[in-house]
Amino acid sequence: MSQAIDRLAPGVDAASRPVRRLSSRVREAGLGYLLILPSLLAFVTFEFYPFVRNFYLALYRTPPFPGLPKRWAGLGQVGDILSSGDFRNSLKVTVLFAVLTVPTGVILGLALAVLAHQQLKGIGIYRTIFSSTVATSVAVASVIFVTLFNPQVGLLSYLVGQQDFLQDPTWALPAVSIAFIWQHLGITFILISAGLGAVPDELLEAAHVDGAGAWSRFRNVTLPLLSPTIFFATVVGSITAFQAFGQIDLLTNGGPGDKTNVLVYAAYTEVFQRNNIGRAAVLAIALFVITLVLTIVQLTVLERRVFYGR
Amino acid sequence: MGQVAFLNVSKRFGTFTAVADLTLEVEDQEFLVLLGPSGCGKTTALRMVAGLEEPTNGTIRIGNRVVNDVEAKDRDVAMVFQSYALYPHMTVGRNIEFPLRSRNVPKHERPAIVAEAVRTLDLDGLLDRRPAQLSGGQRQRVALARAIVRRPQVFLMDEPLSNLDAKLRVQTRAELIELHRRLATTFVYVTHDQVEAMTMGDRIAIMNHGVLQQVGPPQEVYEKPANLFVARFIGNPPMNTITGTTVREPEGVAVEVPGGRIPLPAALARALNTDGARPVVLGVRPEHLAIGDGPISATVAVVESLGHERHVVCRLDDGQLVIARQQSSVTSPTDGATVRLSFNRDHLHVFDATTEARIEA
Repeated sequence: MSQAIDRLAPGVDAASRPVRRLSSRVREAGLGYLLILPSLLAFVTFEFYPFVRNFYLALYRTPPFPGLPKRWAGLGQVGDILSSGDFRNSLKVTVLFAVLTVPTGVILGLALAVLAHQQLKGIGIYRTIFSSTVATSVAVASVIFVTLFNPQVGLLSYLVGQQDFLQDPTWALPAVSIAFIWQHLGITFILISAGLGAVPDELLEAAHVDGAGAWSRFRNVTLPLLSPTIFFATVVGSITAFQAFGQIDLLTNGGPGDKTNVLVYAAYTEVFQRNNIGRAAVLAIALFVITLVLTIVQLTVLERRVFYGR
Repeated sequence: MGQVAFLNVSKRFGTFTAVADLTLEVEDQEFLVLLGPSGCGKTTALRMVAGLEEPTNGTIRIGNRVVNDVEAKDRDVAMVFQSYALYPHMTVGRNIEFPLRSRNVPKHERPAIVAEAVRTLDLDGLLDRRPAQLSGGQRQRVALARAIVRRPQVFLMDEPLSNLDAKLRVQTRAELIELHRRLATTFVYVTHDQVEAMTMGDRIAIMNHGVLQQVGPPQEVYEKPANLFVARFIGNPPMNTITGTTVREPEGVAVEVPGGRIPLPAALARALNTDGARPVVLGVRPEHLAIGDGPISATVAVVESLGHERHVVCRLDDGQLVIARQQSSVTSPTDGATVRLSFNRDHLHVFDATTEARIEA
């Protein structure tokens, strides 16, 4: 070993080499930490600290009036909230909202991406239109759908007999879901379009020569090769759906009744309308755990059907 | 019947003409090689037969059927792609079975057909693997198995050996020739490798810039290239071509080239039909060029030894390079030596300097 070192660095004191190598490694590591420090500070301040603090807040009951001290409630508060009818309703609404939005959003995104992938004249215009919702804010999207669902002037309401969807206990959640799907269609479309672009033309040509029709080529070649993208869109879409807030706040305020009162909106109301920070913290933690479990389930169950090219 | 015919077929991509007025017939059970450099239109021609490109003009026939408007899936052809185009998410077995599934071959009949293809191409034990778990040679055989499993009228192959290493290429070349004999089906094979073309094809069709240059059996193309392009493209090392001018001599006609005059055989002189100075290009294969007594002087630039033979690269007076092929048993000239070059007059080729067409004796 030392002979090898001598050959590589003749004339250098062998005893000092490991020390130098170590100090250079320490210097390199120090530089690395220095470079990530700004991101680390931001992450700790705005993500990690609030996250940990949430667990602390969840153990205290906050009086409804400002200025009064919060009281220790312990895990009893967590149990009370999680077993309450309000929580069960919010959880049900949240799950229903995800069920209504995620599969439909992914299927629509896939359909539009397949359509826009055709080699047709002027198809670029459609690609731009399909992806444009990604640049639309929640507020703008909500204004559009408030207008569309307006029982007096809204096109959608007019088409089905001037019904007030947003105030209808049965239709409020599907109506908000439509707005949510529309808003997120752009990003799903872009994701799946990128995935489609990565499917080698030669495989589709080979399938064509092998005798496969258009549907068979799509089902047997395109779809399996697109599975990682669809899987990614589903996981991200599910997380986004569980965290939906803007559309609900702007279109229905969680109503009518509690029909669109998803977990995030319920947590928001607890903090900003009832000043019940402890309760909101429990809801936020519950949402975190549910999203985490759902994602783990998706990663373990759905991912078995995903082909990553190996 | 697996004949394939191109009748005045052209293919244009915008202003670029990939294939220009191609008329070519491939006989039933023939092994035809489409040969040419990159971008010559050979793959486009093949893809038009497969139905993956639509001809701009002309007619394509497979058997007795005009297939211009027939979809690729209904043409009864099989294709092996340069990249093999194996479905990466399917096992080898599923890959081979796919054309049968696509054509609704009854489920109970498929295993026997797949097993036969597997036996033919020696793929036993690989059926449950994915393409990514196979070597290049194994992938190539799976692609072939997928092609033969349907027993199509015509096999189309787009440079199927180009991704293999040199040793495997030689072995697979022989296997493909054997497979062609065994299947007794029409093969249309695209390559830019003239060794593949010479060794495998019943006939070779050479293309350049989308234009068919010559069609014929390999030996004929080698011995009687139709023009300068074919002469320079076929052969390794390629044919030496030396520009010169005809001159009349008391004994007949000679071509004046840098470093001397090369007398032409009487038949070639007659075919040239000239009394004056006519610019021509003289062609001679390296094996017909010898170092020793001869009419032309040259300087040895490089001597390349290949073990069993050597290539002596000589520079003529005006800088043109020519290559002479020598057996290793002959004494090698040294670099920089001045030598005399002699030509085997029976194997001289003359091309018109303007049209580049062969002047036939």
